[in-house]
Amino acid sequence: MLPEIGLGLLWLAAALAGLQLLAGGLSLTANGKGMAGIVRPVAMVQGVLAAAALGILIWLFVQTDLSVKLVAENSHSAKPLMFKIAGTWGNHEGSMLLWVTVMGLGGAFVAAVERRLPEPTMMATLAGQAFVSLGFYAFLLFASNPFARLYPAPEDGNGLNPLLQDPGLAFHPPTLYLGYVGLSIAFSFAIGALITRQVGPDFARAMRPWVLGAWIFLTVGITAGSYWAYYVLGWGGWWFWDPVENASLMPWLAATALLHSASVLAARNALRAWTVMLGVVAFSMSMVGTFLVRSGILTSVHAFAVDPRRGGFILALLAIYIGGALLLFALRAATVTEGERFAITSREGALVFNNVMLSSILGITLIGTLYPLFTEAMGTKVSVGPPYFTPVSAMFAVPMFVVLIFGPMLRWRRDKFSRISPLLALPLVVAIAAGGWAFAVGVRHVLPLLGLALGPALVVASFLPLRGRSVLRAPLSLWGMVIAHAGIGVALFGMASDSAFTVEKLVAAKVGEVNQVGPWSIRLAEVAPIAGPNWTAMEGVLKARYDGGAEVTLRPQSRTFWAPLQTNAVSALKGRWNGQLYTVLGDETLSDKGESRWQLRLWWKPYVPLIWIGGLLVALGGGLALLSRVAQDLKRRMARAKGGNRRDEVAALAHGDAAKGDAA
Amino acid sequence: MSKDSPAKAPRWALWLPLVLFAGFVALVVVGLVKPKNTDIASQMVGKPLPAFTLRAAADERPGLATGDFQTGKPQLLNIFASWCIPCRAEAPVLEELRRQGVTINAIAIRDHKADLAAFLGQYGNPYARIGADDVSAVQLAIGSSGVPETFVIDGKGVIRYQHIGDIRPEQIPDIIRLLKEAQ
Repeated sequence: MLPEIGLGLLWLAAALAGLQLLAGGLSLTANGKGMAGIVRPVAMVQGVLAAAALGILIWLFVQTDLSVKLVAENSHSAKPLMFKIAGTWGNHEGSMLLWVTVMGLGGAFVAAVERRLPEPTMMATLAGQAFVSLGFYAFLLFASNPFARLYPAPEDGNGLNPLLQDPGLAFHPPTLYLGYVGLSIAFSFAIGALITRQVGPDFARAMRPWVLGAWIFLTVGITAGSYWAYYVLGWGGWWFWDPVENASLMPWLAATALLHSASVLAARNALRAWTVMLGVVAFSMSMVGTFLVRSGILTSVHAFAVDPRRGGFILALLAIYIGGALLLFALRAATVTEGERFAITSREGALVFNNVMLSSILGITLIGTLYPLFTEAMGTKVSVGPPYFTPVSAMFAVPMFVVLIFGPMLRWRRDKFSRISPLLALPLVVAIAAGGWAFAVGVRHVLPLLGLALGPALVVASFLPLRGRSVLRAPLSLWGMVIAHAGIGVALFGMASDSAFTVEKLVAAKVGEVNQVGPWSIRLAEVAPIAGPNWTAMEGVLKARYDGGAEVTLRPQSRTFWAPLQTNAVSALKGRWNGQLYTVLGDETLSDKGESRWQLRLWWKPYVPLIWIGGLLVALGGGLALLSRVAQDLKRRMARAKGGNRRDEVAALAHGDAAKGDAA
Repeated sequence: MSKDSPAKAPRWALWLPLVLFAGFVALVVVGLVKPKNTDIASQMVGKPLPAFTLRAAADERPGLATGDFQTGKPQLLNIFASWCIPCRAEAPVLEELRRQGVTINAIAIRDHKADLAAFLGQYGNPYARIGADDVSAVQLAIGSSGVPETFVIDGKGVIRYQHIGDIRPEQIPDIIRLLKEAQ
């Protein structure tokens, strides 16, 4: 019964999305103004219904209701509770339901709280949001019903891909989805603004917190995903330029550019058309990424939820929404003026440069991701990997980092380089010192050297905008910028360290044997079998000493899951302040003499955790900026409410006087 | 409005995003409609290896030429690269094949000598010869689309089988059987 209720709720939500589109659209016409009143409530109810449907699906997974096809195919009664819940979105149908739920709740949230924009623009925005939702509801209901039944119900389910049975992954997809789909709000705002031709500072200010919110989730999601790939896949790498990783990077790049151009629009009323364009592009990249991943058109190590038959459906949705938005842009953008002008040496100039560089990296990532598809259409197959992505993206990233060092110190409108050049002495000294140190310890490759020099310089430079201000009194949004930019520097240093300093060793070790990797000496003490809730494992016990120091124990495992039957290595990590020891236990091999040896893969990765610490700092900076925007908005609202009360009181008094006058 | 709008993009530029997106859709439609072609293999199977001579990719092994396969004994031709991650997973499997007496020749794709030396040092070197293919020319000529791939070549230098992706441990018997059949 419960699955049918869930399906019913989905249909209702879809119907309400239709109503929201219709009423929102009609309210823009001369005769339909009366419809405006219902749009916001409908949007809220629609979001709640979608969330309820997702809640039911989660409940079915928790109960392991095997009469539901999706549960039978992806869950198993022996799975721990957390992975039963995570199993809900670890598959195609469930993840699409999560998608529409996030869209619905996002729309509901906007409908409930956003009151800064002119009402027609809001109506157009909510109608746009409903229009996009409607397509995804149709996709769910007609092509990926998550509540489909299975007759007869099997005795137990298939289980979840063991790679996905990891606590980090339970919350990685929802986080990323909040980011991807949160950008739909920026998309809808852009549509609303284009339809009503209201592109100005108000539009940017209204859109900014939503973009910021989505961007924070994306940042956290990408950081967590990178760390997950790092320690679960057991390959010791943190970024593989895999199509799925690119699919999450591209919306992030667009959203980062959008945040900055929205700031220019909000502060200076410039870059109007460009900001609207980025609003469209950011969510378009989310949809394109989802399509590329879900359609199976590009092969990827992330192919957990691939179904080529559905590719056509998603492609049609893409063509309608992205094509439609770009058509609207082409028709309307000419009537959106570019806004205020500014000198090249100015805060705006630096931000435009950052935008162009971010967009270029987005472009080359998109080209690299699609290139295999392009050549395949021409009849040859190729794969594009790090040899293309890394240097080509660095070509744009390095100049961007250089501008990031001084850009935030420039004044709006026009500035002189000579004014800020004395301030640049500090980052310059830091860059030379760090680069010199890296060169002295033997780093010879250009990109790692640049990263090791620019990273610390960027961290130092990020704090310069605080100079001359009381640290406690500086606005929260300024602190947000400082921390986010410093986080970029920290992450950059970590990335460069990985290429520059990582030491790797693959050995076939006997029990008792000691191996050296970097400053660590590692003894394989024993290998013993252990059992978990739905797996068994061989566990290696490694006794490691850093530079002859105290002994620490690491326990890498080679796990065998039995539902579905699959083996995978669970790495064991040991962090120190200056890096991370990374160990993986491989298979047992018997030598010619019948001796047993275990494959051990050992890495010493100096400073590598800074990559993720930096990522989290970036997200934290975004969080502070968001907090400051929300606080400002609340303050403004309270002031207005107070003003409103006062007006009411004055009116009441005046009325009272009048009444008295009448009496007299 | 007119007072602050001197820098307007030309009208055609506003259509550019839509045109690019249309190109994307066209490309993807072609990709979706065209059947997934994972058996490019069949086009080259039964044909002799194209003529090529590749310089040595690593110091410790000689380079590779078509003639090296015309020995009368079936051999494997492994396409790999030090930057290719599945190749690392494949290394112990190739080592096992070598231990069972299989001769494995390799072509290293777009690789650097230092990276390759590090790779062979860490993951083992099961290869008899390693040729360097810096522009994927030979790779494309023999119908290989990615790394890793492995070809079974008979004693006359004719391609008998193409394996796409890394060879898994459970596939070792299949490869051995194919080599026997090629004799």
